Amino acid sequence: MKFADREDLLGAAMLGPALAYVILLVGVPFVLAIMLSFSSATAGSLTLTWVGFHNYSTILADPIFLRALRNTAIVTIGSQVLVIVLATAAAQVFRAAFHGKRAARFVLLLPWAVPVSLAAIAWTWIFDSTFSVINWTLRVTGLLHGWLYWLGEPGLALFAIIIVQAWRIFPFATVIVLAGLSSIPQDVVEASIVDGAGFWRRLFKVELPLLLPVIAVAVLFGVVYTATDLGVVYILTGGGPANTTHVLPTLAFQRGVLGADLGQGAAIAVFLVPFLIVVAVLMLRVARRTEVGAGGIGAR
Amino acid sequence: MKRVPLYAAALGFIVFAGFPFYWMFITAFKQNRDLYVGAFDTRHVPWIFNDPPTLEHVRLLFGQTDFLRWVANTLLVIVAVVIITVALAVPAGYSLARLVGRWGGRLGMGIFFTYLIPPTLLFIPFSRVIALLGLQNSLGALILVYPTITVPFCTWLVMGFVRSVPWDIEEQAMIDGYSRLAVIIRIAPRLILPGILTVVVFTFTLVMQEFVYALTFISSVDRMTVSLGVPIALVRGDVYHWGSLMAAALFTSIPLAILYNLFIDRFIQGFTMGAVKG
Repeated sequence: MKFADREDLLGAAMLGPALAYVILLVGVPFVLAIMLSFSSATAGSLTLTWVGFHNYSTILADPIFLRALRNTAIVTIGSQVLVIVLATAAAQVFRAAFHGKRAARFVLLLPWAVPVSLAAIAWTWIFDSTFSVINWTLRVTGLLHGWLYWLGEPGLALFAIIIVQAWRIFPFATVIVLAGLSSIPQDVVEASIVDGAGFWRRLFKVELPLLLPVIAVAVLFGVVYTATDLGVVYILTGGGPANTTHVLPTLAFQRGVLGADLGQGAAIAVFLVPFLIVVAVLMLRVARRTEVGAGGIGAR
Repeated sequence: MKRVPLYAAALGFIVFAGFPFYWMFITAFKQNRDLYVGAFDTRHVPWIFNDPPTLEHVRLLFGQTDFLRWVANTLLVIVAVVIITVALAVPAGYSLARLVGRWGGRLGMGIFFTYLIPPTLLFIPFSRVIALLGLQNSLGALILVYPTITVPFCTWLVMGFVRSVPWDIEEQAMIDGYSRLAVIIRIAPRLILPGILTVVVFTFTLVMQEFVYALTFISSVDRMTVSLGVPIALVRGDVYHWGSLMAAALFTSIPLAILYNLFIDRFIQGFTMGAVKG
């Protein structure tokens, strides 16, 4: 058979370049990141000296790192809980027909479309210590008598970071849940109405269980986007005040890139891997479950 | 749902989602004496224009900052990354869907999972690789590295798209005497054009949004992209020019938001990995 009709050869030739690129520029650097974390590499020199677990024992004894690890978990879990609630509620609203829905949908999607760094700088201005419009509004409505230094106090700053992360990701989750809602078989919903189920009963007993895989997908992406995000914290607080609001990516950047200690930076970043493995395993399970019934992945 | 709670809830979500953009807008066009009134002063309402709006900040942004330079840099990177991504991901996606047989799905899944490996894990090894290649502080570094994010996702997107296109037309062309290769070159591109367009738009939006690699590799102000330059370099000394900053954020966000609205359903099909049928 001629080359022009050999599906196997054509397939390999068309897949090859993308596969080679991904292996060379994602696979190799990934392995390199792990190797660097066991080395004393610095940005200036090109040598790679093996130091075993030295970087890990250094950071595990470092309160700033432990705090960053805790902050990453707090921000990720806190924002994703908010995302689940907001997205499920928003999807119920946006599935209904109402006037101005197209415009409303446009506004709803803005937080996801805007570049993270530009959203973060806008929020920095909103949380400004002198000009914060939030403080003004809270004072005028009588809810606040003192003053809130949003990005100046560790607890408040972390809360602000959680709000911004939830704000940025809930529109994405809403659209995913909406797509899930539209794929629920209508006869199931109608049957539940005929059987006398009201709005809440229908939501919690019929729709949410059916939506679970879709919500899971939205949350898993949300976890990846939040846990691995550098921009929000870097711009909002820069890890401050006094290194209390670092997350793993900002600390890895500070030590590894600004501080030129590649080994330690890599070791800090490697602590993101467990988050990612959990996400990947859960995603595979979701994918496998839907594969059986709906003919999603793997079905040709 | 009842009407009144429905509209109230919709309004609530719109206010939460849209408020920072309203704030960008009002900041971008306020006069400085209207803008820089401390929030302590409860008689001065910051939510409205107390003085007539001004174009002063916009003029400053376009006339006296590197903003237009950053826009040009961003567009250059976009064009290069779009070309690389389409050249790699479209054939790969087609191949996974139509040519490599039953391993296609598994392999596609594997490639997709590399999308989950974040820039914040790879920027440290990359900072070394980029230095070795002599690409530090150049747009070339971004052009080389950005496809690590776009290729996995777009390969997956195209694979899903090709699967949704009926096989008949290509089959008929082969019955008519086209070779398999001729079908791929002459028939398939037309059939999967919407998929290719989605790849272009996804890549465009990704390059506009990316911050981590740009922050790591680019240090000169005149080589920055919009998403890096605006938050990092639009600061003079310690003074933020909030009016110009918010104008830049607003002008960048709106075109992106329009693109997102047009293509959202296709992106979502990619993200839900077949958990939702489009």
